[in-house]
Amino acid sequence: MSRRLRLWVLAVGGAGVAALLVAACLDLPAFGGRRHPYGDRAVRASLSRHIANTIAAVNFDQRAYDTLGETGILFAAVLGCVVLLRQTRDEHRDRPEPAEVARPVRRYALLVLPVALVTGVYVIAHGQLSPGGGFQGGVVAATALHLLYLGADYGALERVRPLGAYTAVDALGVSGYLVTGLAGVLAGTAFLANTLLPYGTFNTLSSGGTVPVLNAAVGMEVASAVVVLLAGFLDQAVEIEEDKGS
Amino acid sequence: MHVLPYLVAAYVFLTGCYGLATSRNLIHAVGCLAVCQCATYILLLAVGYRDGGTAPVFSDIKPGSRPVVDPVVQALTLTDIVVGATVTALLLALVLQIARLHGTIDPDELKELRG
Repeated sequence: MSRRLRLWVLAVGGAGVAALLVAACLDLPAFGGRRHPYGDRAVRASLSRHIANTIAAVNFDQRAYDTLGETGILFAAVLGCVVLLRQTRDEHRDRPEPAEVARPVRRYALLVLPVALVTGVYVIAHGQLSPGGGFQGGVVAATALHLLYLGADYGALERVRPLGAYTAVDALGVSGYLVTGLAGVLAGTAFLANTLLPYGTFNTLSSGGTVPVLNAAVGMEVASAVVVLLAGFLDQAVEIEEDKGS
Repeated sequence: MHVLPYLVAAYVFLTGCYGLATSRNLIHAVGCLAVCQCATYILLLAVGYRDGGTAPVFSDIKPGSRPVVDPVVQALTLTDIVVGATVTALLLALVLQIARLHGTIDPDELKELRG
């Protein structure tokens, strides 16, 4: 198909989809309306289980089974990246040269690193109370480690990043989620149903039954998954070189 | 205009589709796919918006004292972002392998299969 013809097909198809989308938009309930039946029910269910952050309640209680699939996708995507980005036979590893880092960059990166790390852990731990949770906090904690790459050099990052350990923690996070679900089955309730642990006092760290446990498992998984993922790409950029004449 | 936020989502989605179809660079195409996905965030958040509503988090407001926006669509958006980010990473890894094997990232030049 020539480029011109392809553009024509795209224009016709695009116009059709656009017309359908506009028709669908005109039929949706008005923006900002008062009627949100699912939202109201979710809020009620979350309050009845002493979870202050309704979004965490939806993700780790009402839709916990769905979140299991999501962590599965995350795990599979990281696995795929590790396989795709591995060192092939016609490549070798070069130790990267330590690079000069401007002193203000070094100072502020190393200053912010512990703060960012604590923030990440805080966001994970308070997932059921305040905005945030395992997914967001995991990304913050994992990217905090990479400030070491900015402030010092790649060697320093590699020393705090034993990849094997992070891969294991990634798998542990996923299995922790599954084990929490299965514990519910063994205790005589449904898989991933939040009836295993006491609900606790509203708005405290221990409230919400299994929600904080699932949240922590996901936080662990996401943090190590992001570290492993970034390690794959950084290795490609910094360390792995193609052999000459291959 | 109470339909404008939905139309914005449709517009962003179509823009991403146009980019995907006309792209001559696989990295650019992965970016366009991310744009398409952003349209779903806009749509979901627009569906859940409520006039005068606040975040559905009750650590600092009394339950029932204020209207809150729909938490279900916010949770869906969260799911969407996480899956989108990891799938983008996987696609970029695939582009890296294509670049290494074929020496090009222009989809039009990837006519024949090799190996």
